[in-house]
Amino acid sequence: MAQKLIQHVIDQASQVILGKDMQIRLALTCLLARGHLLIEDLPGVGKTTLAHVLAKMLGLDFQRIQFTSDLLPADILGVSVYDRDSASFKFHPGPIFAQMILADEINRATPKAQSALLEAMEEHQVTAEGVTRQLPEPFFVIATQNPSYQIGTFPLPESQLDRFLMRIELGYPDAKAERALLQGKDRRELLAQLQPSLAPQELAALQQDAMQVFVSDALLDYIQALVHFTRQSPRFQNGLSPRAGLALLHAAQAWAFSDGRKEVLPEDVQAILPSVAGHRLRPGTEFTGESGTALAQYLLTSVSVP
Amino acid sequence: MTNLVWLLLSLALATAPHLGRLPLWVGPICLVMGLWRLGIMRSNGTLPRKWLLILIAFAAIAGIFAHYHTLLGRDAGVALLVVMIALKLMEMKTLRDTMVVIFLSYFLVITHFFYSQSIPTALYLLLVVLLTTATMIGYSYPQERFPSRPRLRLAGTMLLQAIPLMLVLFVFFPRVGPLWGLPKDAYSGTTGLSDSMSPGAISQLIRSDAVAFRVRFDDTPPDNSQRYWRGPVLWDYDGRTWSTQRKPPSGKAQFLPLGQSFSYTITLEPHNQRWLFALDLPAEFPPGSSASADFQILALRPLHQRIRYSLTSYPAYRLGDNLSDETWERALHLPDGNPRTMQLAAQWRTSLDSPRTIALQALKMFREEKFFYTLNPPLLGEQAVDDFLFGSRRGFCEHYASSFVFLMRAAGIPARVVTGYQGGDPNPMSDYMIVRQSDAHAWAEIWLDGEGWVRIDPTAAVSPSRIESGIASALPAAELPPALVQLDAEWLMRMRLSWDLFNNNWNQWVLGYDQERQKRFLSGFHHGLGSWQNMSIAMIGSITMLLSGIAIWMFWRTSRQGIDPVLAIYLRFCTKLASKGIVRAPGEGPVDFAVRASRFRPDLARQISLITRLYVSLRYGQRHSARLPRFRKAVQHFKT
Repeated sequence: MAQKLIQHVIDQASQVILGKDMQIRLALTCLLARGHLLIEDLPGVGKTTLAHVLAKMLGLDFQRIQFTSDLLPADILGVSVYDRDSASFKFHPGPIFAQMILADEINRATPKAQSALLEAMEEHQVTAEGVTRQLPEPFFVIATQNPSYQIGTFPLPESQLDRFLMRIELGYPDAKAERALLQGKDRRELLAQLQPSLAPQELAALQQDAMQVFVSDALLDYIQALVHFTRQSPRFQNGLSPRAGLALLHAAQAWAFSDGRKEVLPEDVQAILPSVAGHRLRPGTEFTGESGTALAQYLLTSVSVP
Repeated sequence: MTNLVWLLLSLALATAPHLGRLPLWVGPICLVMGLWRLGIMRSNGTLPRKWLLILIAFAAIAGIFAHYHTLLGRDAGVALLVVMIALKLMEMKTLRDTMVVIFLSYFLVITHFFYSQSIPTALYLLLVVLLTTATMIGYSYPQERFPSRPRLRLAGTMLLQAIPLMLVLFVFFPRVGPLWGLPKDAYSGTTGLSDSMSPGAISQLIRSDAVAFRVRFDDTPPDNSQRYWRGPVLWDYDGRTWSTQRKPPSGKAQFLPLGQSFSYTITLEPHNQRWLFALDLPAEFPPGSSASADFQILALRPLHQRIRYSLTSYPAYRLGDNLSDETWERALHLPDGNPRTMQLAAQWRTSLDSPRTIALQALKMFREEKFFYTLNPPLLGEQAVDDFLFGSRRGFCEHYASSFVFLMRAAGIPARVVTGYQGGDPNPMSDYMIVRQSDAHAWAEIWLDGEGWVRIDPTAAVSPSRIESGIASALPAAELPPALVQLDAEWLMRMRLSWDLFNNNWNQWVLGYDQERQKRFLSGFHHGLGSWQNMSIAMIGSITMLLSGIAIWMFWRTSRQGIDPVLAIYLRFCTKLASKGIVRAPGEGPVDFAVRASRFRPDLARQISLITRLYVSLRYGQRHSARLPRFRKAVQHFKT
């Protein structure tokens, strides 16, 4: 039943974003595992569209924050304004008070503005002017970022990258998808036609079910072996954190769930590992120049499935 | 550094010590080849044409032939090897070619031991082996760059891991004597006493601080002035050079030991001659040697390898009570010339009453007139003895011994020249004594009626300190060759002696581990181990045990946690597929593997899928232990 729903979401989304089924499924997995998603790629490959589609399909209350270099924390969190009628300050919530936030081009903002968002991501709450306010549930952040070698960017520090459950790259569409894109309708029109496939409470139920997927000792052995390997091999500057280990587990559960299985297989871990670990791994001092994705692949080929 | 740079570097280091020994043009050729190859890589150029390489190869072979007049033998062989490796660089296309070059480089490393087996050489070659191994590691990861430090670390680990194997091979590999004869030029270049003595021969030898032999006395060694190490005995003089033209007098020596005996063991460095040195005079001779009546001990073959032998000597003795006519004549024979010396001898003969007083008179002359002991004597003319005795009066032990024997013969006293070593430095850090080439010496023996052959050292008359405290104290400081300069600093002296001690142990235990030592060492454990057949069996057995030990340990380590029975059955399934060439990669999950295996063997797809499904549910699902027997059965029945 749940699988049908999920498959439906994927099918619908892939009509708008062509030829990116894997990425769509990863994004959905990320949301099922209650994680935040970072999409990293060049401008114009459909990052924003993907975020739009997901929000629309899941029927979530959606806000978009365009990050710029002059963005201030108050622009995200909200600000208190003096209300003459009530003769008091009234808090005007910022765009963060929504179920799904699209933080567009997050690495264009200053670290100060970035951290305002990232704190909210971790705590699911916002502290502004001494008052702590709960954010709505579910709460997702989909951030997009340009590769940091683009001009005018503030790359996210590792500690903040760690808050994103997954980082995915969209990449250029293949020739067939590109042809269909060129021939097809305007994406905005398509987006507008999309109908939500889930009610908000359905999503919460799916998330709960996903975390019920069975995890055997053998699989935990595998995850531990993977994490352990990164902590020992000189290939990696530093090993995966315990949080990353949990992220691997939850993402693998969600992936297995989206595949309609009741147990997690090593293949599930392998499917999500490049997205979950790729942005957390740095090459060791003697192996500079290797990308996170290459490191993740190295990790997968080096650790045997127990 | 790229792999090629690594390769060139390790090759350069492997070749470097040879360059001084090879024809001059070999070095530049190697350099050109290396740089050419580097340039090709930098510019993405193409390798040179085959015909060009063949041309260079033939030119190089011709060059080597022109230089050595052969292509065989140690020197020509090494030259050929070096040049061909350099040329191989130019046709290195595939990984296989590269591996050939790397293995040749290992081989090149071994060839250095033809020239030197010293500790510094061994250490240097170890470094080269490390670099070569690191190079090989780099080429084993062709798709990525392997950084230097982990690469060296890995190479080091691999070499360390090879140590047990190395030890087993070292101890057990049967030393059955050389399997093939070493080329005859393999032993050139070692120094030592020769079978003749002309002016300047020994003073040249003195300049070398190379070790002639080391000796360990069982008890207290005799005094320095007693330590005459007897070597070649020279009978025949041609006016310039002393030698033994004909065979030395044969027959059993009439030898009567008197007084104290000294037992000792000598470790003699190879000197490419047959002499075995012994303290004047030994009571018996080492096994496998022969001695002539004048107590020259000769080995059966020239000594190309270090040998050890034990002897007992008596510094006080009586030798040769009777002389045969032939020996008598030989011991008096002189060439024409040197009239002034002849005249002096004739004068002594008439004025002095006994041979003994004549000898003493000669010594007195050396002692009381202005004779000097020097390493740099002036050149002597045609009448060498006259020139020395009445002209220059500056000379080295060979001058004194030579002119003394000449005088004696001229005065009608049988006499001969004995060469060998005198003295030796004890190494205070251990209980052995080092005798160096710089201790080379020449003295005289005269025959006196009723006393036999008596040793007389005319050098002692000129320079008593030479005999009492060694060569270094007898020469003026300005004349000392660098090898003999007394080291002022205590620590330098100590370091030099420690180094010699270390060298001695290396010689005794590593290089000296020959057939006989191996036999003795192994027989100590079990007397049957002495034969080479049993050694081979022991070697193979030890290696097998070593490797299986490692295998068992690794197996035990993986199975320590107690292997899951489900996994065990699955692994059996994987083994079955592997036997058909479908091998599961270590990082491959079961479902992925099943998909891949089914693609290779569509006929088995159904079974593979069933087994995988059962395995997945048993191992990763909530336990359905009920399915275990079914799973086991399915794998059992699985036939590829």
